[in-house]
Amino acid sequence: MNWTGRRLPRTEDPALLRGEGAFTADLAAGARAVRFLRSPYAAGRILSISAPDLPHGALLVTGADLEGVGPIRPELFRFNYRAISQPVLPRERVHFVGQPMAAVVAATPEEAEDIAEAVLLEIEPEDPVVTIDDALRPGALTLHPEAPGNLVVDGVIRHPGCEAAFARADCIVELTLRSGRQNATPMEARAGLAAYDRATGRIRLTASCQMPHMLRTGIATLLGMAEADLQVVAPDVGGGFGQKMALFPEYPLLVWLARRHRGSFCWVEDRNENLIASAHSREQRHHLRAAFAADGTLLGLEADILANTGAFSCYPTTCGVEPLMALAEYPGPYRLPTYAARARALATNTCPAAPYRGVSRPVVTFGLERLMDRAAAALGMDPVALRRRNLVTDFPHVTPTGLTLDQASYVEALDRAVAAADLPAFRARQEAARREGRYLGLGLAVFNERTGYGTPAFAARGMGIVPGYEVVDIAMTPAGEVEVRIGASPHGQGLRTTLAQLAADRLGLEPSQIRVIHGDTDRTPYGWGSFASRGAVIAGGATQLAADKLAARLRRAAARLLQAEPEAIALRDGAAWAGEASIPLTEVARRVHQRSEQLSDLDGFNLAETAQYDPGGTFSNACHIAEVEVDAETGHVRVHRFLVVEDAGRLLNPLIADGQVHGGVAQGIANALLEEVLYAADGNPLTGSLADYLPPSAAEIPPIEIIHLETESPETLTGAKGLGEGGAIGAPAAIANAISDALSPFGVDIAELPATPARIRALIRNAR
Amino acid sequence: MKCPPFDYHAPRSQAEALALLARHGEEGKILAGGQSLVPTMAFRLARPASLIDINRIAELDTCRAEANRLRIGALARHARFERPVVPGPTGALLARAAEHIAHAPIRTRGTFCGSLAHADPASEWCCIALALGAEMRVLREGGERLVPAADWFQAVFTTALGPDELLAEASLPILGPDWRCGFAEFNRRAGDFALAMAVTALRLDVAGHVAEARIALGGVAGTPVLAREAAASLLGAPPTPDRLRAAAALAAEGFEPTEDAQVPADYRRDLVRAMTRRALEGSLAA
Repeated sequence: MNWTGRRLPRTEDPALLRGEGAFTADLAAGARAVRFLRSPYAAGRILSISAPDLPHGALLVTGADLEGVGPIRPELFRFNYRAISQPVLPRERVHFVGQPMAAVVAATPEEAEDIAEAVLLEIEPEDPVVTIDDALRPGALTLHPEAPGNLVVDGVIRHPGCEAAFARADCIVELTLRSGRQNATPMEARAGLAAYDRATGRIRLTASCQMPHMLRTGIATLLGMAEADLQVVAPDVGGGFGQKMALFPEYPLLVWLARRHRGSFCWVEDRNENLIASAHSREQRHHLRAAFAADGTLLGLEADILANTGAFSCYPTTCGVEPLMALAEYPGPYRLPTYAARARALATNTCPAAPYRGVSRPVVTFGLERLMDRAAAALGMDPVALRRRNLVTDFPHVTPTGLTLDQASYVEALDRAVAAADLPAFRARQEAARREGRYLGLGLAVFNERTGYGTPAFAARGMGIVPGYEVVDIAMTPAGEVEVRIGASPHGQGLRTTLAQLAADRLGLEPSQIRVIHGDTDRTPYGWGSFASRGAVIAGGATQLAADKLAARLRRAAARLLQAEPEAIALRDGAAWAGEASIPLTEVARRVHQRSEQLSDLDGFNLAETAQYDPGGTFSNACHIAEVEVDAETGHVRVHRFLVVEDAGRLLNPLIADGQVHGGVAQGIANALLEEVLYAADGNPLTGSLADYLPPSAAEIPPIEIIHLETESPETLTGAKGLGEGGAIGAPAAIANAISDALSPFGVDIAELPATPARIRALIRNAR
Repeated sequence: MKCPPFDYHAPRSQAEALALLARHGEEGKILAGGQSLVPTMAFRLARPASLIDINRIAELDTCRAEANRLRIGALARHARFERPVVPGPTGALLARAAEHIAHAPIRTRGTFCGSLAHADPASEWCCIALALGAEMRVLREGGERLVPAADWFQAVFTTALGPDELLAEASLPILGPDWRCGFAEFNRRAGDFALAMAVTALRLDVAGHVAEARIALGGVAGTPVLAREAAASLLGAPPTPDRLRAAAALAAEGFEPTEDAQVPADYRRDLVRAMTRRALEGSLAA
């Protein structure tokens, strides 16, 4: 029986659908409630923080109490990174509205909020730096003395041939684009519960996080405590999308409280806190120039990338994650002979930036795919033909930034998508609609997605803490079930299902006999977590290797019991077979553990193995096509159709793969049309509730058609490439191109996302 | 986002509720559906010391036709209007608007009169109340008064309702078959507060000329506003597409729009023009 590749319903779902999931807030019974007091000013000097009489049992903790607690200070040893520090609670200055300044502890969240309201904050406000232009202005407030001019990262790549390429170009296309700021908006906001164990003196931190092992390392380091005295548990986690990777100040504070006051302390973030103070992303401005030959061949690309990365640098990726991803990945799936780019991260008095599904690639793809459409118009070429001329077709291909593109299907995906979209029929519909004053448009986006990359890729970034590998411990119980302990920490990706499918095939078992254990530093090997589209590739590869090692041991033991050679043993249907003879694996397991006198001379007393996997990375790819209708009177955009041709290599579970694509596309459509974090000029957030910050509802998302291609690549052990982010990467560009196509009679060109109705109306009005 | 402390009262009768209102005055607040009040309290933007929950007062749970008026009691929920509560244009207009009010769970709790008392500028019911000329029956201990819609809406979230008063009932005219009612609103997501809406009501005489016209705009200023000039421009002639378009253009210029970071004033006018024309055209299409 081959389980891998089947559309198996997720093991995770029944409990979640019955409301029996256990999220951090569900586990808080008996804990005291923590409320963070957050800065009402974007920039200012703290003069005093004082509380009226606190009720019995209540606490107020300020920065002054945290003697000896270190600041959060991630490192990057390249790209002119300036290491800036974020105090757990500040003593001198505040840097953004929403920054935690103090913590109030009370018996209930209501009481904690009542007390927090009564705390007196004396702050002397300063003129804040809010926008990219603010940060660049000479004489602007400097947030961190370590980063003069608010420049935290300044990465430059310049190929010597770039200027020459522009000099001999037949056509130069230039584009300035803006991407609005977004919040990943996980369904469950952040939450943490720190509990002191009186018997051992250890602390257990239960937290809605994506990287429990890293969180443990980070907190232990800040607090100067033994890492072994801290257990971090990620229970059910209601989405992360990158936002829950970071080490936020709230978590070390909870652990500090639990240690100092020997009790249990719980903080459940509310939506307003999440929207203003968790992590933002994608606020970028790119200036692009592309050189083309008359036949449409791309000759060179110049990019100036500016990212507003907020007040602090997120741990462990640093605030370089956005600009440097753009710097490295702008060439995309295209053959690019020469490249020159500069990417800067600017500190501002806004909520810090952190990775969010796609990390810069939604913006990069927006830029590159707008360039392609613009160049096609300038050259009088068919945009599909222009792309086809420039897409990489020979693999492996080394990009101008030194990335190796492994076997993929860039042209095939484009062709399949264009055929499925039926362009001639669409153009006829578009023509007919225009005669009625209705504006239909079709837009496409071709892209690749670097996924499943291990230590070498992260080390190349020069990170002070280098993630990458995953470790898997596997063991068969004496009763014959298999436990797979993974360092990765899924929070919606369905790894309990897919890894069980992989292991089941390797061991001749059924997925229901495999238990995948994750999200607990006491019970799993050190590992990195679930982010960067890596679970199926890296945790999957390590699981496969571990299962193979366990299978080899089972074969050796069974060979002894069946009096055959190990090479002759096959594992299938829950048994070990030597020709017609067989023995159930439950019996093999029982004998190894409980009749060890028969077998211990082979491999010892148990059936435990460990394996690790640390691949270089593999690129999945896709082509997205969006069909939209723009209401020219209101600027409203309705997405009629969304088509995805996706190549993520071998699909371990197509049902889960489809779900990943659906979710990503929905977030991408929202990024293109709805979601934007806005600040007033004084640094006050204007989008502090879901009435102002607009995630999509089902009504705004069209049915999403998916066609899968499955290109084999030697770079991935399981055959799978990551696809967790692709939906979000391609959709904004496809939508922007579709709107531009729809409004081509007005000469409207979308260079800013989200393309809100007000912005679209302004473009139409100004075009007329 | 937890409510500040408050006292809670659950009167069983109108008289008991009015006595509680008289006692608590400014510090008391009526709780009906709670769909606006409770979130506002959770944000700590409202902090009434006492909530007076009227959900147990059966005499307020009414919605009936009487003397050519539709009388809507304080506990009639939005969902009740999803299907026409009376035959003819009034019931159809209410049903048309009801589907735009938030989402199904909210519609099963929030009330018509609660919306009028809360007076959100983007409330569909407030806009209809102004367009059709609603009348509010307001009670206080030992007294009662009637307030016409024109005097009801005073500013954002501010009405003629006194601190010791209960909006017990709102009534709307039951329009005859010679009336054509239209409704259009624009929002960015299904169920959101409208960025602009238009409610239109035209009475056509036997010649097909517009004999009476009412146009109200919602979500565009501090209160719903009447587009008087636009309505007057339609009188005495057939409602041709050109005349409707001209009236919509008048409506777009005849008010002072609210502005914010997401909705500049000229965009608000664009939306009013489009919604007014669509409401008028829609009302005549059937």
